[in-house]
Order: sequence, then C-alpha cells, then structure tokens
Amino acid sequence: MAEHKGLNLTLKVWRQANRQAQGRFVEYKVENISTEASFLEMMDILNEQLINTADPDGPVAFDHDCREGICGMCSLFINGRGHGPDDQITTCQLHMRKFKDGDKITIEPWRSGGFPIIKDLMVDRTAYDKIMQAGGFVSVSTGGVPDANAIPISKIDADEAMDAAACIGCGCCAATCKNGSAMLFVSAKVSQLALLPQGKIEAARRAKAMVAKMDELGFGNCTNTGACELECPKSVSISHIARLNREYIIANIKD
Amino acid sequence: MANLDSKIPEGDLKDKWTNYKEHQHLVNPANKRKIDIIVVGTGLAGASAAASLAEMGFKVKAFCYQDSPRRAHSIAAQGGINAAHNYPNDGDSVYRLFYDTIKGGDYRAREANVYRLAEVSNLIIDQCVAQGVPFAREYGGLLANRSFGGALVSRTFYARGQTGQQLLLGAYSALSRQIGLGNVEMHNRTEMMDLVMVDGRCRGIVTRNLLTGEIESHFAHCVILATGGYGNVYFLSTNAMGSNGSAAMKAYRKGAYFANPCMVQIHPTCIPQHGDYQSKLTLMSESLRNDGRIWVPKKKEDAEKLQKGLIKASDIKDEDRYFYLEERYPAFGNLVPRDVASRNAKERCDAGYAVNATQNAVFLDFKYAIERLGKDVVEQRYGNLFQMYQKITDTDPYKEPMMIYPAIHYTMGGIWVDYELSTTIPGLFAAGEANFSDHGANRLGASALMQGLADGYFVLPYTVQEYLADQFNVARMDPKTTPEFQQAEKEVKEYIDKLMNVKGNESVDSIHKRLGQIMWNNVGMARSKESLETAIKEIAALRDEFWKSVKIPGSKDGLNVELEKANRVADFLELGELIARDALHREESCGGHFRVESSDNGEAKRDDEKFMYVGAWEYKGYNQAPELHKEPLNYEFIKVQTRNYKTGK
Amino acid sequence: MKGFFKSSIGKKTVMSVSGLFLILFLLFHLCMNMAAVFSAEGYNMVCEFLGSNWYAVAGTMVLAAGFLFHIIYAFVLSIQNRKARGNDRYDNQNLPKGVEWSSKNMLVLGIIVLCGLGLHFAQFWAKMMFAELAGCEEAVEGFVATAGYEGRAAVDGAAWIKYYFHNPVILVIYLVWFAALWFHLNHGFWSAFHTLGASNSKWIPRLKCISTVFTTIICLGFAVVAICGALS
Repeated sequence: MAEHKGLNLTLKVWRQANRQAQGRFVEYKVENISTEASFLEMMDILNEQLINTADPDGPVAFDHDCREGICGMCSLFINGRGHGPDDQITTCQLHMRKFKDGDKITIEPWRSGGFPIIKDLMVDRTAYDKIMQAGGFVSVSTGGVPDANAIPISKIDADEAMDAAACIGCGCCAATCKNGSAMLFVSAKVSQLALLPQGKIEAARRAKAMVAKMDELGFGNCTNTGACELECPKSVSISHIARLNREYIIANIKD
Repeated sequence: MANLDSKIPEGDLKDKWTNYKEHQHLVNPANKRKIDIIVVGTGLAGASAAASLAEMGFKVKAFCYQDSPRRAHSIAAQGGINAAHNYPNDGDSVYRLFYDTIKGGDYRAREANVYRLAEVSNLIIDQCVAQGVPFAREYGGLLANRSFGGALVSRTFYARGQTGQQLLLGAYSALSRQIGLGNVEMHNRTEMMDLVMVDGRCRGIVTRNLLTGEIESHFAHCVILATGGYGNVYFLSTNAMGSNGSAAMKAYRKGAYFANPCMVQIHPTCIPQHGDYQSKLTLMSESLRNDGRIWVPKKKEDAEKLQKGLIKASDIKDEDRYFYLEERYPAFGNLVPRDVASRNAKERCDAGYAVNATQNAVFLDFKYAIERLGKDVVEQRYGNLFQMYQKITDTDPYKEPMMIYPAIHYTMGGIWVDYELSTTIPGLFAAGEANFSDHGANRLGASALMQGLADGYFVLPYTVQEYLADQFNVARMDPKTTPEFQQAEKEVKEYIDKLMNVKGNESVDSIHKRLGQIMWNNVGMARSKESLETAIKEIAALRDEFWKSVKIPGSKDGLNVELEKANRVADFLELGELIARDALHREESCGGHFRVESSDNGEAKRDDEKFMYVGAWEYKGYNQAPELHKEPLNYEFIKVQTRNYKTGK
Repeated sequence: MKGFFKSSIGKKTVMSVSGLFLILFLLFHLCMNMAAVFSAEGYNMVCEFLGSNWYAVAGTMVLAAGFLFHIIYAFVLSIQNRKARGNDRYDNQNLPKGVEWSSKNMLVLGIIVLCGLGLHFAQFWAKMMFAELAGCEEAVEGFVATAGYEGRAAVDGAAWIKYYFHNPVILVIYLVWFAALWFHLNHGFWSAFHTLGASNSKWIPRLKCISTVFTTIICLGFAVVAICGALS
C-alpha cells in the first residue's frame, strides 16, 4: 500500500433544502484526510463533523449504497466531472490520493432537467425507471421458456450485448450531456436486447416505446458530442446510440 | 418444539417437489385479482417473486429503500450462478449439485429444500436466458461454464465478473414490465418499519417514506420478506451501506423465529481494512485463489520488517515464504473452502506474521502464475480484478503481491421458514438471504444467486398460492379505518419519537463501529465461550448506551439519513446479541461457525450427536433471553461425512 | 411513421438527411468552382449552362427547402435541449479530452455559416441567378461598373470572383467562413451517419476520418478558388 498522507481540504458543497428551495454553495474545511480513504469516506468524515458541530444545515445528503461501483446509486459532479477526476469509475471508487493537500473541491449534484434535486446532492432518477417500464424488457413471463442452449448466440453478439448491459443506470450520461439527453442509457438497453435473438422479436416495439417515454419525460436530443461515453463509469459506447437510431428509424419506416 | 413443523412433503427425495406441486391448492384467475401481496426488498428474490406473482394475476406492492429496485445488493455478486445443466458433460446432475450444497453446508441444511433448489436450478438459467441476460458464451454459440470452489464439476454460469448485476437487471426488467402494466405498485425509498397482524395473521406492513418521513400502512393478504442478510451487524462487511437486518428483526419481534443466526460467512479474499474511517470492505472474487498462492513470511523478523515498511514482499526469498494453505492442506491447497482459508489467515496474523502495518493481511501472490502462464494469460483471466485492486490500493498486483484479509460476506442464518418458505407467522414468507433455509452452516460460491432466484421465480409462486387458496374471500382492509393498522402506525410513530428524543451526543456510526468491533473480536472467525459471554455483556451495555446517548440531528419529518441509520443500528444491537447467544449455545464447530473449544489440531470439529438441528429462536421481549426451538435434521437420502481437505478422499 | 417527426430521433433524422443533402450540394458547388481555377471561360460556360434555366431554379428551390429544414430544426432542437438541461448550470464543467470542440458549438458554427451564406448570396447569387430571374441584370451591371467590374453580371461568374476577392477584407471574411464551415462539417458529416444508424464501434473512427478528409477537401477547395481569384 502506498504511504498515508493527511490532506487538508476545502470543500465547496451544494446545499439545497428541497426541490423548491434556493440552493447555494457552502464551504467546509476537512482536515487530515488519509490519501487511502475513498471520496465517500471523506464525505462521511465531513458529515460526522457537521453532526458534532450541530451545523444548521445538518449532514450533507448524498446517495450511495454498495460502495463498490456497481449499484449505480452514487452520483456527484466533482470538480466539474461526473464521478470525479478519474476515468471509468464511480464516485464511490474514487480515492483521495487523486487530490493534493490544500485543494479546493467543488461538489455538485447531477444537474439535468430529467433529474430534479431532492436535497443537497441527492437527485431523483425515477425517470430512468419509467423508461425501463415502458419497454426495457423481453416480454416473457416466468416458466415455459425453452432450454437455455436451444438458441445458440454468437459470442461476438453476446459480448457486445454484455458491453451494453454493463450500464449501472447512475445517470452520469444525462448529467454530463450538454443537451440533457438520456440516449446512452436508453440505447444501452435497446442495443443489448436487439443484439440477442430473444430480444430481437419485439425490438421495434421496444425502441419506439422507450424513445417515446424518454421524449415525454423531457430529456434532450442527442447531438453526438460523445461526452456521455467518456464520462460513463462503465464505458458504454455511443455505438449503441447508432444502433438505437437504426432500430428506431427502421421500426418507423416499417409502420 | 412442537410447532416447528417443516412441512416436508411425503415421498422420495426426487418426487417431493413434484408431489407438492401436483397436490397443492390453486387460486382461480378471477380471484387472483382480489388478492394483494406485499414484497419487501427488490433484490434477486424480491424482484423475481414480485414479477412472477404479478404475471400470475395477483396485485403486488413492492418496497425498497433504494431509489430504484435495480440497486439492491444482489447486484454486487461477481462470480456466477450454479445450475445442474451438465452442459460441459463432466458428470454433473441435480443429485450432485444437491450433494455438494449439503456437504458444503457442513450438514446443517434441510435435505428436501436443497434438493428442490438443485432441481429448479436449470429452470433459472433457462428463464434468465429468455429474459436476455447476456451470459458468457463459447464461439459455437452455446453457454460457457466455469468451475468454482467446493465443486468437482464446471457448473457455474457467468456474465463476466458481473453475474449478480446481470441477473438482477433481468429480474428488474421483469418487474419493470409488471410495474408498467400496472400489476405492481412500486414504492422506492421506503423502509418497512413493522408488520401488521390481524387475527394472528400477517396482513400488512407499516412503512416510512424516507424522503418525506411519512408513516403509512399497507394491506396485503400475505407479506414476503426478501430483505437480504444482516452482515452489517459487524459494521465492516462486503454488504452495501444500507443493507440491514431490520425487517427480519421486526418480524422476529412479532413472532417469527430466527434460525441459526450464528452462521455467518467470512470471505477470505477481501481487501484489508486500512483505517478507522473505513466504511466498507471490498471483496475480490474467490476465483483469484485458482492461480494466486497465499503466503506469509516464515521468519517473524521478516514479518516485522514488512509491518514497518522496511522491506517489500519481493525482498523475501522463496524459501523464507510459508505457503501455509498448501502445506497444511495438500489435497486442496489454496482452494480450501472459504471458512478454512479465512481461519488460517487469521491464525497467521494473530501469531504475528501479518504483512502490513495494520497487522491484518496476508499475501496473495501472482508471481508464480505469471512465471508459469505468462502475464497475458493472467491479465486475460483476472485483468478487471487487478485493475479494481489497483484503483483501491494504488498497488500494482502484477509487480507486488496482493494483500488480502477475511471479511464478513454473507449470512446463512435468517428467518426460520418451512418447506413452503413460510415463517412461523401465518401469512409471512421469507425468501433469499433473508431466510435460513438452503446453505446450512456454510454457503458455496455461486449458490446465493441460485437460491434467491429459485425462491422468487419457482418456489414462492407455488407455495404462496397454497396459503392464499382460501384467502380470496378476505376483503381488502382499509388501513385508514382498520384499528390494527392504526395501532401499528401509532406504535411506529412512538418508536421514532423515542429514537429522536434520546438527544444524546454520540453519532449513530460511532456506536455502530463499536458494535462491529465487539462482534468482530468476539463473534468473528474464532469464537469461545468466554468471548461470546463477553460479547453478550458488552452488547447489552452498548445497547443501553445507545438508548441514552445516540444523537440524531434534524427532524423525523423529511429526509433524515441519521434517523434511518439509528433505526437499523437499534435492531443490529439486538441482532448482535442474538448471534452471540446462538453461537454460545452451539458448542460445536461447523461451517462458518468455529468454536475454539470444539477443534481437533486447529481443525473444526462438528458434533452431529448433539447439534444436528436448526436452532430457531423465539423472541421473548426486550432484554429477555430468547427461547430456543430445535428443528432436527434427518438425513434420509445422504450419508453424513466429515469434511476433509487434507487428503484426497 | 405516426409521430416520427415529432420524436427526438425523428427530428435528428431530418437534421441528418438535410445536412447530408447540403453536403452533397457543397461537393457539387465545389466541382463547378474548381473550373474557375483552371479557366475563366470554362467556369463561365458552367455559369451559363445553369443560369436561370428551369432545372437550376428547381434545384435551387429544393436546396432552399433543405436549408430551411436544417435551420428550423436546428433551432427547435437547440431550444429543447436548453430546456432539457434544466435551470441550474454546473459551477464548472471540465469535459474530458476527446469531446470535439465543434460538437459542442454546432449552433454557433451554423449561425456563422449562415451569416457567411447571406453575404455570399448578396454578392453572387443575387447578382447572377436572381438578377436574371428578376430581369434587372443591367441595373446591377451599371451599379458595379463604377467599382471596376467588367462583364455580363448573370453569367460571368469569373469576373465576380475576381471583383470580390481582390478585396483582401472580403477574402479574409470568406476564409474565416470556410474555417467555420470546416468545423461544422467535420462534426456534422460523421454525426449524420451516426444519427441515421449507419455506424458502429468499428465505423465510428472510420467515419470520423472520412469526415475530416472530406471536409478538408471541400473547405480547402473553396479556399483555393477564393485565393486564385484574389491572385488572378
């Protein structure tokens, strides 16, 4: 393990009491943070400090759960980047060794029309669930399905489907996008299921239903900047957006 | 003891489940619409149960504390899921999977349940493939398998290192479909606070909306708890931060028996703790033990130098390295079961041979694998794990050996259920990690996912119907006007007021950390009568302290994370004691439970004469000793043996 | 197809198809212009061939429609996207390296291109095709003769090139315009294919490469025409 170092940091944190309230930045100081600590552990220390000093705003609210980069619950825009200044990881996997003593760290919530702020750094991402409910599934019920090996699937397709399926639904794509577009998220599911024979059957219906729901919820239009792909903690490729476009256009032409 | 009827159907082992299904009662489709079912938790068991029951026509209400059902901690499982498909043609069968699971569980699981689990395992894979789960495949297009600890066949299906994620997203998509169709009413960010009992049956739950703080109650004809394990009693574990044992504890207090709470699995390959501020431990997949060699220095002075950072692992010559698992267990070497590997690591560290400053690590070295296979092959097999390790520790495992240490990972114990997954409360079912049923005293790798989905997709949809067959004429109750619901809500509100009114000066986390310390030191990998008695005493004291000095800032209305944590820790403080009590009474070593008094040259010694039963505890009141009920385990179809990992047979 | 043009992907499809159509036109335009580099008479023959003949007028109408769609949808999409972004902006946003600068500024670049187009129309199209259609060629010729223009306004394109690009200010404005066009096209070209779904992980880098080569040829070509005009 690398050597421990204590960091003294200034945190510029977005505080907002609720959805309607006016938010603002508040600066806090934290001291002697180990470079071995994770970013969220640093936030825990800050919160312990705020509890002990009976801060009027109380501890900072932020979403997190598994703390191993897979549940997709943590978010945060740290120094201007979704999931912070390291690539291909979520905020919970970010470690303090990425920062220097004396740094000022700006911590903001996802800011996107589709993700209203609940409190402080916590946002409402139920829009993603709603898009999934519109069509992000294969319409099979439990039981009565064929043997798992009945339909061979090319390894290449299965691998590409897995690349898309790696999406953790954290919302970083829409939060990073200058257009507030959820296309990377939607395309990951559409693409995964369109690549597999069992999902292909209702691919057209799925693409139309999910895009319609995405539009209805007010997400923006993709302009292919590619920022989503670069910030995605799971490196989901924008090539899936091309597949979604293709599926959607063909589905509409066939109608 | 009389009322512990496990309701195992008659007949040969192979026919039991078929017989059950053929003779059970069903609910007519028109009546299904009149029946409400509550599912608490949306992990593999909960999501799959909610989706399957809704598909059948029941009206389902599902609850989770996360912001979306897709976040449940099943998502973090890496390795894979077992099934007896025997696609690789290596001699696997339903019986062999059943046998391995019983043996791996050190003969403390119920035969009929485990056989059913093995029986439906193939259906799970079929179901998941049909849902579009992208399992790994061979170039020929068929499904790939790999081997896992505790088995002699390759029966594990996987989706890279993210099998749990893919299976959960499959169940989540099925659940989403039902939510979209209006058959499931989903309640995110909602915590179950209590059960509602009407005339001796479970008829609903009281919940707290985590965003608004609102206390509500919900009616259902039956309730399913799929709320996962209680590993977070130990504060540091591989569980998610929010994983808790509260739903199980609320059920326990309402009369559900809690079975085998001391059966806790400690996983040997986790990244060691590095500081007091640490919030959780990260698991490194067990598959690393296939090619990595575990060692500590032979000489104490080398270990001391390592601890002081004066030398590095590479400075120690091969002849000065003690490959303790290979030397002690020649037949299995580094691949001994999880409990054995964990205990040996602890033994070496306690003896002063730990290799890091905090004295809680052993080496897992890939130097030899790289020499034998080449860096490319090692990278192909473990690249993503190595990358994860490097991100967390800032050390390159290709150059320096990994440091690992055991950590709490899974809880085999849980709410006692019969063959139908029904608890001792009529109308209350428990599924997945929340129940105790299938893993005995130790769970094999890649079996947790199998059990969660088996319960949700293929067991509960049948057994719940058996219970509901005469319930359709019970009219829906309005929680707003039914006195039992109003009373339950009132009690929950009073409980929250009680928590808020403590107004002490100690944060919830600091108390939780102290509980974790007590648990880890006294009820961890090696337990003794003395340590357990100490633990019971200390936990009771800490519990009193909690109710005197816990500090919860903010108000009970609206989002209050500290209040959520306090509610969970209050339950952990009782659960911790229950674990210790169970461990104290079980004067044998089996699976994850190791009593130092019951050992043979440091090896676990089971006592089948006295302890071949499930210990189910009945709640008797706050600060009262619970009452033990025993469910004897009869092995009719399998020969009970001693686990032996030293010789080949 | 119901609702297709109201959907986000439908609108983007309109942008892509109209964009690709305009790119094709640019290629056609450049081919004609290249004649001017080699021979003034040759170029004028092309100008005369097109003139205000029915096919040229019809082509222009279609082209105008293409522009109109492209521009209207660009504004509609931009307004929607601004709204989708929500009311709050990040205190600072450091996008990682790899996001094309042009992709973030397509609207601004488009507006610059549009302004340049206005100038270009006033300088060339209004005095050639439009003048011929409106029957006011002589008035135009009379007006510009004082400034040194020699030729038959409607068909002597070569003379117009010489007339305008001899002015260094106009030359520089045009070169800036071509630069903006380069950025706009460099993103627009591959992006159009991507939006139409004619792309995948293998073809994204290839399309981007083709995009850069193609765009450079177009913009460099126009620049060469302008510079040759200035030097003639």
